[in-house]
Amino acid sequence: MPSRTPSLEVRLRDHGISRREFLKFCSLMTATLALPAAFTPKIAKAMNTAARIPVVWLEFQDCAGNTESFLRSAAPTTAEIVLEQISLNYHETIMAPAGAAAERSLAETLEAYPGKYIAIVEGAIPLKDGGIYCTINGRTAQSIAQEVCSNALATIAVGACAWDGGWPGAGVNPTGAVGLREAVPGLKNLVTMPGCPVNVVNLTALLVHFITFNELPATDQEGRPLFAYGQLIHNNCERRGHFDAGRFVEIWGDEGHRMGYCLYKMGCKGPQTYSNCPSVQWNEGTSWPIGAGHGCVGCMSSNFWDNTSPFYERIPHLEGFGVEATADMVGAVAVGAVVIGAAGHAAASAVRAKVQPSGVQTDD
Amino acid sequence: MRQRIYVWQIPVRLTHWVNAISIVILSFTGYFIGNPWLFVARRETYASFFMGTVRFVHFAAAFIFLASVLLRTYWAVAGNPWSSWRGLFPFLTKRGRQSMLHAFQYYFFLRRDPPETIGHNALAGMTYAIIVLLYGMIIFSGVALFGELHPESLWARLTGWIFLFVSSPQIRLTHHVIMYLLIIFAIYHIYVAWLIDMEEANGLMSSIFSGFKFLHPDQSPDWIEPDASPAPAAGKASSHAD
Repeated sequence: MPSRTPSLEVRLRDHGISRREFLKFCSLMTATLALPAAFTPKIAKAMNTAARIPVVWLEFQDCAGNTESFLRSAAPTTAEIVLEQISLNYHETIMAPAGAAAERSLAETLEAYPGKYIAIVEGAIPLKDGGIYCTINGRTAQSIAQEVCSNALATIAVGACAWDGGWPGAGVNPTGAVGLREAVPGLKNLVTMPGCPVNVVNLTALLVHFITFNELPATDQEGRPLFAYGQLIHNNCERRGHFDAGRFVEIWGDEGHRMGYCLYKMGCKGPQTYSNCPSVQWNEGTSWPIGAGHGCVGCMSSNFWDNTSPFYERIPHLEGFGVEATADMVGAVAVGAVVIGAAGHAAASAVRAKVQPSGVQTDD
Repeated sequence: MRQRIYVWQIPVRLTHWVNAISIVILSFTGYFIGNPWLFVARRETYASFFMGTVRFVHFAAAFIFLASVLLRTYWAVAGNPWSSWRGLFPFLTKRGRQSMLHAFQYYFFLRRDPPETIGHNALAGMTYAIIVLLYGMIIFSGVALFGELHPESLWARLTGWIFLFVSSPQIRLTHHVIMYLLIIFAIYHIYVAWLIDMEEANGLMSSIFSGFKFLHPDQSPDWIEPDASPAPAAGKASSHAD
């Protein structure tokens, strides 16, 4: 089948996407993957000649936000180009078939391309009470993920939920939601791309990397590709000059906020979050949260709903000292108490020295 | 007559003062980094680097503090008995426990005579065990946060694994809270040194400058010294009797 398919350029021309636009896309992918410019023709060639890879996109406990991020962008989109080069055989949100027909297309893909398709997983997987809190066609999310992902050529967990449980797994976690890595342990060729949502440019670049080099990119200790999650936001931030100068937004809407000062004091988590947001940005490079005047909430870091909240404060509150107690308030009270205690002890010692002089020989 | 005894060797005094000065600098700059309350950058950003300078001073003082703690750790093995690591664990020996009880009773006005020792009293030694632990935690968390800025650095390689277990905001909170614990320790430490200096009249306060304390010839051996050792009179290489 793949040999009879016309080349990607020809197919794109049918969609009104010119060769120039295709090469611009290849340049963007080269830059996103942090490769030298000489790789642009290599990527273009690989994209043109490689066989279309079948892809199945599984959705579990999610809001379809990563799907939206992947599909909702201006034309000609990065997604449009990569969608021509992959064969999206199963995707609940956008596929035409429904019900039994939809499930049949998943089963047929698994049967026709064993070990040759890419599985993309979106959403958390609940494990509590036998996993009954997310079932499709009577099967639990865990058993579907187990079957689909363990026979895949590679698996990509997209979004915060598929990474570590995300929003369904935050707080009390009533359904026992976990990420894919925990729900289906021991998966080979698993790449995690956290974010709420994942950036479409990064997901596309990952697919392009796989199509071009037939392997997954280098990842960090948490399984995130380094090209997208290797740089601290703070180190590439457009507001960094204001940070180093000491110019900070103090209150939302104050003069500093209008002047574009640093959002550090408003709880921005840029200094602790690794992502290429500042350079790739969102919505076809239009803007990004910090550029729009809102601090980073650290959505690409682990368990971010629990860990990086309160979103609008620099450091978390101290547990066990009341809701509003900051570490500084507790610390100031403790220091004051010790000063008063030492002064009291000094006074008592002075009284004792008068009443009962020391037994120490003073060699007078 | 009292004897002039050389107790605190040069590395002990040096690291004491390097630690003290660097902790003061680190506390001021660290608090400022956590809450930059002072607005000084009135000129354009290219002409102002105030936050950057404060952070540079913090990092420089932090590495000096780290070096000082490493030297003191080495000296806890190589130094004289009063600088030994054994001083951190008084509760392991019978004499240590007795000395701890003595100091405890003295501080709570249950006993009149202060715990006269050559080096630290046993209760102080145990306090320092807590301080050493806090030093370790604040250094580790600080290096981890520094490594966060430089993900390819040696510092990130040494400490980056902690982020798999503890989130970055919690590391920041820990780093911040330990600052307050060290400030509390400093207040307590200076007060008690002043109290003992007056009560024992042994020149304790000046000893951290000079190294010498003034003790009675018949003073019993320290809780930390071997049982067989004589009173700190003649025959001890480290003591300089007048």
